[in-house]
Amino acid sequence: MSLTDLTLQELSTKLAAREVSAVEATRACLDRIRAVDGQVHAFLRVDEQGALAAAAASDSRRGAGGALSQLEGVPLALKDNLLTEGLETTCASRILGGFIPPYDATVVRLLKDAGAVLLGKTNQDEFAMGSSNETSAFGPCHNPYALDRAPGGSSGGSAAAVAAREAFGALGTDTGGSIRQPAALCNVVGLKPTYGRVSRFGVIAFASSLDQVGPLGRTVADVAALLQFIARHDAQDATSVPATVPDYSAELEAGVAGMRLGLPREYFAGGMDPEVEQAVRDAARAYEQMGATLVEVSLPHTRYALAAYYLIAPAEASSNLARYDGVRYGLRAKGVRGLEELYSRTREEGFGPEVKRRIMLGTYALSAGYYDAYYLKAQKVRTLIRRDFEQALAGVDALLTPTSPVPAFRLGEKVDDPLAMYLMDVFTLPCNLAGLPGLSLPGGFTRAGLPVGLQLLGRPFDEARLLRVARAFEREHPFHARAPQL
Amino acid sequence: MKLTLEQVRHVAHLARLALTPEEEVRAASKLSAILDAVDTLRELDTTDVPPTSHAVLVEALLREDVVKPGLPPEVALANAPAKADTSFVVPKVIE
Repeated sequence: MSLTDLTLQELSTKLAAREVSAVEATRACLDRIRAVDGQVHAFLRVDEQGALAAAAASDSRRGAGGALSQLEGVPLALKDNLLTEGLETTCASRILGGFIPPYDATVVRLLKDAGAVLLGKTNQDEFAMGSSNETSAFGPCHNPYALDRAPGGSSGGSAAAVAAREAFGALGTDTGGSIRQPAALCNVVGLKPTYGRVSRFGVIAFASSLDQVGPLGRTVADVAALLQFIARHDAQDATSVPATVPDYSAELEAGVAGMRLGLPREYFAGGMDPEVEQAVRDAARAYEQMGATLVEVSLPHTRYALAAYYLIAPAEASSNLARYDGVRYGLRAKGVRGLEELYSRTREEGFGPEVKRRIMLGTYALSAGYYDAYYLKAQKVRTLIRRDFEQALAGVDALLTPTSPVPAFRLGEKVDDPLAMYLMDVFTLPCNLAGLPGLSLPGGFTRAGLPVGLQLLGRPFDEARLLRVARAFEREHPFHARAPQL
Repeated sequence: MKLTLEQVRHVAHLARLALTPEEEVRAASKLSAILDAVDTLRELDTTDVPPTSHAVLVEALLREDVVKPGLPPEVALANAPAKADTSFVVPKVIE
């Protein structure tokens, strides 16, 4: 067994026991990246020098003794929409080519303060707009379990890096499923925390009322460990919530006996791959055998969530992306006449087709005469969706659903059909509209060997319970241990 | 909802995107299809439903009004495509 096959927690234990040094662990990751990332393309940028320097500094701290964090010396990967001081950050867009952030995102600072080693920046859909990683301006990432298939998106690189054993964990962001859907397609655990649980300061904005940073790991315990360090109130993010941060690992092994798990009727109404549906139903039975009670619940406005999301998210994006104008950073179009042309030529050259499409859609939905019919209407429907969840979750501990309606699809299969691609988020995006925490965990494999993800949704700030429910399944069904053949 | 080329050009102008003629045609068809799909919202009566702008936030949070240093000018300008002294340089606005 190679060092990179260890889970984050196993590595952390070995580092603490000084059986392994941070430099050795980091070199093992860098070697693994060199060996497999030519095929996977999970990384846009590997910071070899920075990672080795951070690892050496970690080993010195270890040598000096004293209490060290669980992340001390652990090599991790970061999605490329998280600002990293001094390290190029592009959001997988040409318009931010060469951009060197002058400061760290709060989550990046928290990981550095915890002593983690940051390996580099992972591939993603451009500005996190996509469900396959194919809108990346720098070429798609490939699913480690089937290289001709998509890893999911938008945090496809983070999920693939963790699955391919290139990093011991990663951070991603989730606006409509961008952590959970790639986690499902790549057989890893991914958590979108409650809106406001994790700071968005220094996270390149897509849709500000939906975006949330979260961890990806190979096990539930690894994800709990990562969440522990990033769940924090941050005065620099006005939407950050000053709620108490519990010990996310304390009740991981407590099981589900006596819990009530809800199965939303509308999520099983058709359109799902039969093998995915079978995996979710098998998981539901497994929970029943572990002592949980299954309850059918209803989320009656589910069928309107996709439409509400594809008005709200593009509207917010069109506003957030107005800042890319060729003046202060990133690309500037050459040979332009006048300021107006500088803006429009820079944006034309810098943004890819999907980003332009969403800017156009959002601009239209916000424009004079259409605001009430589209944006305001969508926000009202958002209220109905939020109420659905409040009612359903009042009677159960968590909801169990599929994460993605299908397993990993072929690269190129949906990229020219925006509506088909948007459907990939149909089970994940209602949770963002309602601001709830959501988790995807490995739920088995199809006959063709493709991973299937299970999704758990919970009440606001109830991440600890989701992790506990996820861990109960993982203990009995360790699908996460099946590594990709690379 | 069928978007006309004229509407596409108007929206592209609002969004400051200099689309090519081919992109305008493609945008008209793909955006029309998306707008048709989102039209399902019209089925819902939302007369007495208040809008949700943020799902979790209950009240505006205020922080202490403490003076902290911002980015020094040379750092703020470090990524600028064109700069002079402590300013960003853009094409002439008024002839």
